[in-house]
Amino acid sequence: MEFFSHQTNYPFMATRKVWYTLSAVLMLISFGSFFTRGLNLGNDFTGGVSGHATFSRAPSVDEVRSKLVAAGFHEPQVQNFGSSRDLIVRLPPQRESASEIHDKIEKAVKGVDPAAQVAQLDVVGPQVGNELKTSAIWALSFTLLLIFIYIAFRFHTWRLSFGAILAVLHDPILVIGLFSVTQTEFDLPVVAAILAVIGYSLNDTVVVFDRIRERFETNRRLAPALVLDQSINQTLSRTIMTKVVTSIVVVALLFLGGPVLRGFSEALMIGIIAGTYSSIYISSAIALDCGLTAEHVFPPAHKSAVDESP
Amino acid sequence: MLEYARWKYYLVAAVLVLGLLFASPNFFGSDPALQIARKDHAAVTPDATKDIEKFLTDKKVHFERSYVDKGRLMVRFADVPDQLAARDAVNGNDNYQNTYITALSFAPRTPEFLRSMGLRPMPLGLDLRGGLYLLFQVDVNSAVNQALEGYAQDARRALTAANIQFKDVTVVSAGSGGRPDAIRIILPAEADLSAARNALSQPLQGLSVSSESLASGSAIQAAMSPAQIKERQDYAIQQNITTLRNRVNELGVSEPIVQRQGLDRINVQLPGVQNSAEVKNLLGRVATLEFRLEDTTDNAYEAAQRGRAPLGAKLYTKTRIGRPILLKREIIATGDQLTNATVANTQSGIGVSVRLDARAGENMLRTTKANLNKPMAVVLIEKRRETTQVNGKPVTRDVTDETVINDATIRGVFSNQFEITGLTAGEARDLALLLRSGSLATAIYVVEERVVGPSVGSENIDKGVTALIIGMAGVFAFMAIYYRVFGLVADLVLLANVVVLTALLSMFGTVLSLPGIAGIILTVGMAVDANVLIYERIREEIRKGVSPQAAIRAGFEKAFSAIADSNITTLIAGVVLWVFGAGLIRGFAVVLTLGIATSMFTALMGSRALITLMYGGRRKPARLLI
Repeated sequence: MEFFSHQTNYPFMATRKVWYTLSAVLMLISFGSFFTRGLNLGNDFTGGVSGHATFSRAPSVDEVRSKLVAAGFHEPQVQNFGSSRDLIVRLPPQRESASEIHDKIEKAVKGVDPAAQVAQLDVVGPQVGNELKTSAIWALSFTLLLIFIYIAFRFHTWRLSFGAILAVLHDPILVIGLFSVTQTEFDLPVVAAILAVIGYSLNDTVVVFDRIRERFETNRRLAPALVLDQSINQTLSRTIMTKVVTSIVVVALLFLGGPVLRGFSEALMIGIIAGTYSSIYISSAIALDCGLTAEHVFPPAHKSAVDESP
Repeated sequence: MLEYARWKYYLVAAVLVLGLLFASPNFFGSDPALQIARKDHAAVTPDATKDIEKFLTDKKVHFERSYVDKGRLMVRFADVPDQLAARDAVNGNDNYQNTYITALSFAPRTPEFLRSMGLRPMPLGLDLRGGLYLLFQVDVNSAVNQALEGYAQDARRALTAANIQFKDVTVVSAGSGGRPDAIRIILPAEADLSAARNALSQPLQGLSVSSESLASGSAIQAAMSPAQIKERQDYAIQQNITTLRNRVNELGVSEPIVQRQGLDRINVQLPGVQNSAEVKNLLGRVATLEFRLEDTTDNAYEAAQRGRAPLGAKLYTKTRIGRPILLKREIIATGDQLTNATVANTQSGIGVSVRLDARAGENMLRTTKANLNKPMAVVLIEKRRETTQVNGKPVTRDVTDETVINDATIRGVFSNQFEITGLTAGEARDLALLLRSGSLATAIYVVEERVVGPSVGSENIDKGVTALIIGMAGVFAFMAIYYRVFGLVADLVLLANVVVLTALLSMFGTVLSLPGIAGIILTVGMAVDANVLIYERIREEIRKGVSPQAAIRAGFEKAFSAIADSNITTLIAGVVLWVFGAGLIRGFAVVLTLGIATSMFTALMGSRALITLMYGGRRKPARLLI
């Protein structure tokens, strides 16, 4: 079976200004939403209050949860806690004092089991959010720098490095922007998904670059825009195939993975779409507008000394 | 002719066989289990095993089987409710409660012969199987402070020994950070500065010493270098990890993880642990002791009223002796110089019998000899971090409680073994346990705490695994339909990739968590991509009219640079995130890095070996099923 039995020939580069505008608008919306609405951060980031409730008999977790919602708590997390008669109740940060919350929780759980007791209330600090942020920012900056160097080394030009870095930044920003606009809960698994999105985006970009390098080697006289178009068209079947196959797994996770993996799989899905788009319209097009020519990728009289067989 | 070196076939086969072997323990799954360990750390005997089995049968708690592993009894159950019921039953029995510590855990269903080879499945992260996660912040600054206090004390002693008068020795901050990093010795006007520097050269060795003249005399300042500070901080963290391990072991938890995270944090993962309050209290408690001489020349009440202590003394208002007290700055011995501590019945009530190490013992001997019939006090120091809510936001602050628990006249000379009184029975027991497991070098505070219920965990695993299996099945079917025979090869290669990756992760004992699963999905995507790149290239070559064998060779060769460059770029990201990332990011990066290695190996070597085997050699296939 083949979807792409003949070679496509879409003029991708001709329309790049339109896509630049689209990307710029999307970036603006993402940043705007991020700085005005922020993210709907999960308990992982915000910290909150947690209490330990002991029951005289094994309670129904769902019943306890609905009683807490009825008591006016927003998104309470109720989990079994070791013994079948112990539950842990976790709440986002509350305005009231700890003792007021304690009493409210106790009143709510007593509706399920009159003998229930809430032992102690802990206020969990959100510091991990800050630590994760700092370590993530450091790690990502260093990653980007090394990738810039590697691509510049392998493809002999900073223009492609620059395009790749912009594309790599483009995709996670879009995902975070969408999470901000829709106010979907942003928790730690979403961060993991964003890391995976960066991986996919990078992979895509470099595959297109590889073809650009190859086309330039054989067609030094052709206009760079044409070479880029040819390269993207020639890798298009691969790009779409890989995306379809990966999406099968992500769609399965999205619909069957349960609520814990919902945000994770949504982020992956959006990221995969964004990554495909950015590897065409951002990374390659930006390199072109930076003045990429065959001479940059293949300086005259250069022959690859690297043995490239596995 | 399409050929592939023989040794490459052997390599592929060997990796596959080893991969299958190391990955195999993961395929058997695991059951909820109850770990029962003796409180005295002795091994559980076969008789005791039979007794507990009979007890559970009598209580109508259904269990699958039980075995003794490393002296601990593991009882496996079919489901979590049985496991919880068994736990409640065992803990509800007075006899058992005095003898055993129970912990909820998961026991792998790995067959005996694999277990005896030391092969174990990947441990699952707390997000997947439930338990308690604690992240401790180590107060590294106070570790530096302690070192400076030590220097200050040595300086005082050296100056006294050399008969040089000094006004005061204090810990100050010389650097710009505002954190203490130096000691300052103030000398009166008549003092001989060079003699003082001479006397101090030995105790302050390694510090950068400078001096200046003041209006009222002169001052010597000795600062620790940034490298020395770092060394001291690392030492404190290392010692705290050791102490935390000891304390975790006293809890009897199965497969605990205690590891350093980042610059100044320690992460503790206790699978199956539920009572967070008790555990936190025991693990993070900093209770240490200080022995100091009382300053009897100044009036403590006056000092308390002024709120300031005279030079060379420290004021304590929180005491159990019913009055404020002034103690000398010199510390005779501290809690971390203790080698053993046990609860003891003394003539004046319950107390803690302590034993000091050689250096502190010698110091104690010297002090008691020189100060007979003078009073000495014991200070109990506890550090904690209080979190309170201000306008709905948690605000934390550090609290140090220093309490003088007794003040007694030195009646005789003693050195390294003596008793401390002035504690309640419960306090004595806790303090003895804390001191015995090694005191923490410096205070630690819980900055993050997460509890995941085991039932939620298993639900997560089940749903995630089902979704992954269905997704993978979809990928396999699609590849087979789209690339026919080559698609089937790709499927085998993908499967091999997952097996080899699982084997590697199991060998390294990597903890599998949700981010790790994200890494696996990304890896599978990359492995698919590598195959797609190769096959699309082969199709391109065939379209050009190249012969099948030449098309295969060209496909692999031309796709190689794309696969290599894209994988290496992603590998760079993986390695950097592994090195610099913390927690979740690292979990993802480990899987990604290993996954890229395995997917490159399987996609390039594995599939090439298989395809050459099918189409290579003297065969001249008329067309390829691609």
